Amino acid sequence: MALYEHIFIVRQDTSHQRVEELTKEFSEIITKNGGEVKKTEFWGLRTLAYKIKKNKKGHYTLMNIESSSSALKEMENSMLLNEDVIRSLSIKVNKFEEGPSVMMKSKDDKEVKLNLSNNGDYSNQYSNNLNNMDI
Amino acid sequence: MNNKSRNYFKRRKSCPFSGTDAPFIDYKNVRLLQKFLSERGKIVPSRITAVSAKKQRELSKAVKRARYLGLLPYVVD
Repeated sequence: MALYEHIFIVRQDTSHQRVEELTKEFSEIITKNGGEVKKTEFWGLRTLAYKIKKNKKGHYTLMNIESSSSALKEMENSMLLNEDVIRSLSIKVNKFEEGPSVMMKSKDDKEVKLNLSNNGDYSNQYSNNLNNMDI
Repeated sequence: MNNKSRNYFKRRKSCPFSGTDAPFIDYKNVRLLQKFLSERGKIVPSRITAVSAKKQRELSKAVKRARYLGLLPYVVD
């Protein structure tokens, strides 16, 4: 048994639901072969840095898998055959990182930043009001 | 000679990935990796960024993984 981080990208025009179905399908292959999926993370629809199979965007999913190499191989094979999956990569790691990955954290950062910018707007409005009052 | 060397003296920078609170090089951390890419998307040589040889190898591996996954571009036009 080894630890793997596995990322796969699904075509842009598939629905969110379908991606979840696919994730379930693939993790079933692992569990059937005596492995275990420790964590799945859905990164959402991201823009690709370059076109992959005529797709500009893709649904990213990360899975932390503990399984034998043969079980992983089987899952990889079914991903290759699946036309909805445009790319997949599995990486053997010594240990899984704890908590959500950087990708999820950076999303939170963005939200925080958006909130901050909103606050900035409010303060502008506030100062405008003050100016009006002076007049 | 002494004067000349003083003119060209530059403080030796330390590796940004060594030390106590150094960031972990991860192919998923796109924002970190982007700091070590040129405007064209090339990996910046370690003699400019002062990354140690060991960490530069890790870094290049991480960048290449991120490129394969479409997180980073191969070329920026």
